[in-house]
Amino acid sequence: MLWRVLLFWIDQSLRTREIKFLDGRKKIDSVIILTLFIMLVISAIGVVWVKHLFAAAMFSGIFSFLSALLFVMLDAVDVAFTEAAVGAGVSTVLVLGTIVLTKRREQERKVKENLRPLILVILTGMILIYGSLDMPEFGSSNAPAQSHVGLTYLESTPEQIGIPNVVTAVLASYRGFDTLGETAVVFTAGVGVLVLLGGFVRNRRRKDQGES
Amino acid sequence: MNQHLVLRVITKLMVGFIILFALYVQFHGDYSPGGGFQAGVIFAAAFILYGLVLGLENVKAVLPPWVTHKMMALGVLIYTLVGIYSFFVGFNFLDYGALTPSHPEHGQHYGILLVELGVGITVAGVVISIYYAFVSRSSTSEDEEW
Repeated sequence: MLWRVLLFWIDQSLRTREIKFLDGRKKIDSVIILTLFIMLVISAIGVVWVKHLFAAAMFSGIFSFLSALLFVMLDAVDVAFTEAAVGAGVSTVLVLGTIVLTKRREQERKVKENLRPLILVILTGMILIYGSLDMPEFGSSNAPAQSHVGLTYLESTPEQIGIPNVVTAVLASYRGFDTLGETAVVFTAGVGVLVLLGGFVRNRRRKDQGES
Repeated sequence: MNQHLVLRVITKLMVGFIILFALYVQFHGDYSPGGGFQAGVIFAAAFILYGLVLGLENVKAVLPPWVTHKMMALGVLIYTLVGIYSFFVGFNFLDYGALTPSHPEHGQHYGILLVELGVGITVAGVVISIYYAFVSRSSTSEDEEW
């Protein structure tokens, strides 16, 4: 009951202030999106609140799954794939691997030590919200993303490339050189991590373990 | 994780479907959402799931680290070779029309397919290699400590 009152109140207050983020969509969509956002905030608070690092890692995985669901709601299915696989899957596993190598519990800190980071985070958040006020409305046809070069791609892809998925056409063909650079960046990052973590000297370490 | 029978059976069942889905996202990227990056990540996630549940030794027997290290370079190599081929045939760098000069639109199809394959191989190789590098480091903990 309380939950429905809260949802209704948020929806109404968004409407009366003429924030049009949720307008023009179905009612059920706006309810789902609002619920997801509230759960997103709860899981973010959970990450900070929990002292046991395993639980914190699980909370960040939940956070990633929720944002993947949000991407699905915004019709960005490919981004949702990536978020679910990388954010919730791979990076949670890597965080767990790090926890295994270090400690299970967060170090206890005094309240005073946490004050300065808290102020910094609140300031940054306020600046970000202030900056987002200048952004075009959600789904607006006058947004720069819809009105400049994107329109050209949408118009010329069917005859020049001949494939239905314009995102793939832009990534692989029109901006093929950029994607080559991105692939090189992924490759370089992988090599860098392997050099730092000693992925190439595994055989020697295993021999050491066998002796000890 | 030797005691979790359900997890092991379900994982063995799921891994095949996850890899199949990765291949679908990879080779159907022209028509449906997704592409090389997504496919590579899903492919890697299948192997990481297998490694998590059935142990590092088993997943390394399927896909040894030296293979994933080669995959990292192979993807970038495929991508670059497509570009270099196109300017040796007389087109611009990465102009996929070069692959079938008589019918440039088909060339675009082949080019996008090859290039996405390169991206997918590199991403899968990098993610699996990073996973191996993290998990291979000797740990001090046992299952019970959790």
